[in-house]
Amino acid sequence: MSRATGSRWGLRVLGLGYVFLLLLLPLAFIFYKTFEDGIAPPFEAITSPDGLHALKLTLITVAIAVPLNTVFGVICALLLVRHRGRGAAIVDSIINLPFAMSPVVIGLSLFLLYGTHGWLEPGLAEAGIKVLFSLPGIVLACVFVSLPFVVRETVPVLQEIGTEQEQAAETLGANAWQTFWRVTLPAIRWGVGYGVILTTARVLGEFGAVSVVSGNISGTTQTLPLFVAKQYENFNLPGAFGAAVLLALLALLAVLVMNLMKRKEVA
Amino acid sequence: MEAHAAHPSSAPRAARLRLPGVTATGLGRGFVVLYLSVIVLLPLAALADKSLSQGLSHFWDQVTAPGAVKALELTVGASLVVVVINAFFGTILAWLLVRDEFPGKAIVNAVIDLPFALPTIVASLTLIELWGKHSPFGIDISLSRTAVVVALMFVTLPFVVRAVQPLLMEMDREMEEAAASLGASGFTVFRRIIFPNLLPGLAAGVALAFARALGEFGSVLLFAGGLADTQVSSVYIKQLIETGNESGAAAVSVVLLVCSLLCLVAVSLIQRWSSRHERSSSEGLTNMPMSGLGPVHEQGDDRE
Repeated sequence: MSRATGSRWGLRVLGLGYVFLLLLLPLAFIFYKTFEDGIAPPFEAITSPDGLHALKLTLITVAIAVPLNTVFGVICALLLVRHRGRGAAIVDSIINLPFAMSPVVIGLSLFLLYGTHGWLEPGLAEAGIKVLFSLPGIVLACVFVSLPFVVRETVPVLQEIGTEQEQAAETLGANAWQTFWRVTLPAIRWGVGYGVILTTARVLGEFGAVSVVSGNISGTTQTLPLFVAKQYENFNLPGAFGAAVLLALLALLAVLVMNLMKRKEVA
Repeated sequence: MEAHAAHPSSAPRAARLRLPGVTATGLGRGFVVLYLSVIVLLPLAALADKSLSQGLSHFWDQVTAPGAVKALELTVGASLVVVVINAFFGTILAWLLVRDEFPGKAIVNAVIDLPFALPTIVASLTLIELWGKHSPFGIDISLSRTAVVVALMFVTLPFVVRAVQPLLMEMDREMEEAAASLGASGFTVFRRIIFPNLLPGLAAGVALAFARALGEFGSVLLFAGGLADTQVSSVYIKQLIETGNESGAAAVSVVLLVCSLLCLVAVSLIQRWSSRHERSSSEGLTNMPMSGLGPVHEQGDDRE
């Protein structure tokens, strides 16, 4: 018996020690470093014009990219589960692609499509639309990297709830819209919500793809993660830490909400 | 697949939910195809086109350039090491979270997901502050190959835990008890009974972690830097872009992309294999956040 207890403790030390050293200690330390000299230095850094602009740009990107991928995700999941037709397997694998791609490669492919010698460049230039080094490019990059989340979280829920309630609603005379809004959507709301949070977290923190397409110009095309890197490279540590802690807090919030939702879902 | 069994495809077609009107389904399909084309396929086509824009021999030269080969070797090597480490610790953590009781367990269970939500550049910054030049412990591993490994360990930590955890939860403990009562030691029970049952989840988690590690950029960037010795493929590609060698960057990207795609194929093969052998095993995988493992793959045939 004592041997079993011993190995149990051994596993605890190994597993929890690993999480502590790799995850918790670095995170706690960055909070400590940020607020070492009080709240003023990181606060000033974030509220500097460049910092505020980066925050604003990041929030605008989230406000465009997340709804786009949510609407797409729900429609795509409905089609994949309820109206599975020819080519569904192909759609399936395309949706998985962004998970397996390096963000830099995603950024590069957008860079090549919309860049100087890109396929779309002549037409866009004529229309006066600038994609690279401006908001559209940043949004496209974020939509690409966060594409799979809502679909992937919604599909299993749709499969699980089955069609009985939808059938009942239809029998009672509800039209397809009513069935969707009153029956299907409430039933899949946790799955969709989970996907939305994951999408938001990914868009907030996207670095690699955005760094290729945005040009990283302070005060114009610099998102918050790019701001962190730039401040660090310029040895403005309070700035880098302040913005990093802000992003970390948002990530913690996302994890917290996900956990609350998981509990709600079980209850 | 449990979800699957819950509503067999024999449900009458007319009863399935329709988007308003029959044409709405067509409209929805059109939207999905258009969206995927504009967002994903068109850029990828541009990438493939660029990589071959100066001929096949140019492509080959770019891919076999010393820097490219070195970066790819480091990327694959470090990813392999990381995946082995996280398979070990991930299994232990999953076991602790399912079978053990200790104070703070709920918190540990929650923070496991943190690397999924934390921006990679923030991960890089936290790691370099703790294990870099100004380390409070005097341990400086920054700008080294060790740093590459540690950064990748950080970002891929959740994959194995979240893939193994549901399988462990569903496992029937009677088998283990029977084995133990017949005199099997703890280790034998693990090796002969627990481990084989966890294998599909472990394999899928490892493949996903490997795919993620291959493409990782942000977390490696500040911590490991872009030195010739510590450059992973993503960082190498970024440097080619900055120096204006777009076709070279595209060529190396295609190679990296193919490597990641092989991982995805591996995942779906593992999934198909495990769902054939084991009803419960692939069901758990669908619950993995950010896993990309929807159960959609293996249900294609009977939905038509």
